[in-house]
Amino acid sequence: MVINQASLKRDGVQDWVSLRATAVIITFFSLYMVWFFVSTPQVTFEIWQGLFSALWMKVFTFATLVCIMIHVRIGLWQVLSDYVKNARLRVLLQYLMNLLAFAYVLVGLFVLWGV
Amino acid sequence: MNRETADGAQGEISDDENSTLQGSNGQQIVKKQRPVNLQLNTISFPPAAISSILHRVTGVALFFALIFVIWAWAVSVSSAEGFDMVVECMNGVLGKLIAIGTVSAFIYHLLGGLRHMVMDMGHWEEMQSGNNSARIIIGLWIVLTVLVGVVVW
Repeated sequence: MVINQASLKRDGVQDWVSLRATAVIITFFSLYMVWFFVSTPQVTFEIWQGLFSALWMKVFTFATLVCIMIHVRIGLWQVLSDYVKNARLRVLLQYLMNLLAFAYVLVGLFVLWGV
Repeated sequence: MNRETADGAQGEISDDENSTLQGSNGQQIVKKQRPVNLQLNTISFPPAAISSILHRVTGVALFFALIFVIWAWAVSVSSAEGFDMVVECMNGVLGKLIAIGTVSAFIYHLLGGLRHMVMDMGHWEEMQSGNNSARIIIGLWIVLTVLVGVVVW
């Protein structure tokens, strides 16, 4: 049997795995930031900028922002599809919110670029 | 007979409310009069339901809170003047409230997420254990929020 999947299909298993895989990375980033604030007695501009000028921290931060985008794409879809019954309004809200999530990633990219 | 349904709604059913019909083949068909209780403010939500709705509310709240978080991060990391400005904002009442609210929402969402992952592993799936774990994370959330509130304020 040949199955031709030529459309952009939603995959529940992929959503399930993506939600958790991204959550783990966001958690580790947050725990690292908590540790940074707890272990740094006085956070000055030099220390703060120095943290994000390291390549590994740029990668970690950017990866977290991409994870947030994937995470909210699934999470907001779940919430919107439960509470906003009007299809046009739901699609519009989803479009705007996904755009905002993408903007977060781009802001992160350009800020990290300049640090 | 007092019954508790899966969503925690309490309803009264007395046996004489159940009507009995006679089927065509002689068998009895019992038609149960299920409780109808759609007055939302009279339904007491079980902890698991409250936990679920809190997870959604904090998730959406965090999405919008990121506007402030990413703004503060972008400005503070770009220049020394920006850093001073963000520090000044964070010392204001509004800045502190937004910070505490964001961290609080994050703590709940994280605890709720961890609870979800434990459930993925097949634990806390029964009514009792599910409600208990929900009570525990809600309690832990309140304690941690107070702690963060004291530290930030």
